[in-house]
Amino acid sequence: MSVDQATVRRIASLARLKLEDEDVPRLEGELNAILKWIEMLNEVDVSGVEPLTSVVEMEMKMRDDEVTDGHIPEAIVANAPAGEDHFFMVPKVVE
Amino acid sequence: MSDLTQFTIAEARDRLAKKEFSAVELTSAYLKAMEAARALNAYVVETPDQALATAAEADRRLAAGTARPLEGIPLGIKDLFATKGVHTQAASHVLDHFKPPYDATVAANLFDDGAVMLGKLNMDEFAMGSSNETSWYGPVINPWRARGSNADLVPGGSSGGSAAAVAAHLCAGATATDTGGSIRQPAALTGTVGIKPTYGRCSRWGIVAFASSLDQAGPIARDVRDAAIMLKSMASHDPKDTTSVDRPVPDYEAALTGDIRGLRVGIPKEYRIDGMPEEIDRLWQQGAEWLKARGAEVVEVSLPHTKYALPAYYIVAPAEASSNLARYDGVRYGLRVPGDDITSMYENSRAAGFGTEVKRRIMIGTYVLSAGYYDAYYVRAQKIRTLIKQDFDKAWGQVDVILTPATPNAAFGLQEMTADPVQMYLNDIFTVTVNMAGLPGIAVPGGLNAEGLPLALQLIGKPFDEATLFRAAQAIEEDAGFTARPQRWW
Repeated sequence: MSVDQATVRRIASLARLKLEDEDVPRLEGELNAILKWIEMLNEVDVSGVEPLTSVVEMEMKMRDDEVTDGHIPEAIVANAPAGEDHFFMVPKVVE
Repeated sequence: MSDLTQFTIAEARDRLAKKEFSAVELTSAYLKAMEAARALNAYVVETPDQALATAAEADRRLAAGTARPLEGIPLGIKDLFATKGVHTQAASHVLDHFKPPYDATVAANLFDDGAVMLGKLNMDEFAMGSSNETSWYGPVINPWRARGSNADLVPGGSSGGSAAAVAAHLCAGATATDTGGSIRQPAALTGTVGIKPTYGRCSRWGIVAFASSLDQAGPIARDVRDAAIMLKSMASHDPKDTTSVDRPVPDYEAALTGDIRGLRVGIPKEYRIDGMPEEIDRLWQQGAEWLKARGAEVVEVSLPHTKYALPAYYIVAPAEASSNLARYDGVRYGLRVPGDDITSMYENSRAAGFGTEVKRRIMIGTYVLSAGYYDAYYVRAQKIRTLIKQDFDKAWGQVDVILTPATPNAAFGLQEMTADPVQMYLNDIFTVTVNMAGLPGIAVPGGLNAEGLPLALQLIGKPFDEATLFRAAQAIEEDAGFTARPQRWW
């Protein structure tokens, strides 16, 4: 499988990365080189093999469903590039 | 007074206890060494005031007889670990000015044991790289140089700052993280010791996430004993990380008995790759001889899916990274670049904030997870991961540890490998299988190559059998008699 320039632009849009026009052919080449290298995985017979979900076998941990933290709005918004009154500020999203 | 930075953690600990010098004197010696070594670019931030205040508190405890295991030991902390109120940016522009209001659990464990933080260590951006050249703060320079050469070499990556700082004695030991080899490869390229513990041994809470099913913290130290001392403090069960394991942390230092009689050591034939330098192959054989001479039994084992580990990793790791890095949106922290609307604000912030390698991996990850490709790439890679783990499970029926080279080459020049991403990725060919299977692995120096640069061996262990790895690694360390130090040029 390989990607073309339209696919590169679509992936960048999905990933919320703005691309400059000159980035597109470079990324197309790099991604295709990596995808070509990855193709060797198709040699492996994976029929009947379960995908790995955890490297360490352990019981799913359970805890009580209760509030253990909170009332720290200053700490939560302390690093925001823009904020007011304990809110994060963003450009207008609703007309 | 002699240079206090010469002492290992174990030596400094014992001498502090005997009051041969104070913690403040020890920390001051390191701060001076750091100032004189800025050409290496190992630290992105130095925290001298905080370090001296912590050291003064350590002196009070030492005087009061209430010293903790790492009381007054000066450490460097990789920039990937959250440190309360102190620069934590994963060496990325996208996290500009981020100062977390908490400590990562691993960092907190070290501080609770009395360690002094000297500063934050440089690294590849978001731990993505094998040469420390992707950092927003510029490359780290390896303190080692080839004999008779002035050319700068890379320290490996992503924990290049940690490895360089330990090798150049700019800290007594350092924290690091390993997703595909990021502790062991830089340790190998700098003549230091690095261990990636079993997945779940150290809490990931407060460590900037790269690939959550692979990431694991561990130490880089000057010798095996120091690595054992550090891991004992770093490891813990943490309710804040559900993948951290609730089992006691052994006294790794006590496991260093030197006795490896009867230890079964596996040599995986699939690690004999084409084009492997002869000096690496020779060191590998020498390592097996050293262990055999101490009464270990060396046998060949087979790990048939080895060659598929790295390409499978380059599906799994970018997939998880693209998901983890979705949080950098210019809203809650870090860099914001304005746009016409919220989407263009996201896109502009991320385009300006992430470097080339990080963007490349986000793109691969987004692609392999996108509709129609998920089964062909991600699910297939996770199935191959199952096969890789089964290879190891089978080997553990025959052997206790597996011996391999740590890296396919010694330290290389700046920009020597940056043109071809796949060539750079191949640096992790011997280390990445361990992450894919969640196992512990340690890199220990074995000697110098013809150019006078360090080469290392890797030992891979059974899950949670770090104690055996430390014991066997120390045997190699003793027999290798590795005492070489980089000639100071900085």
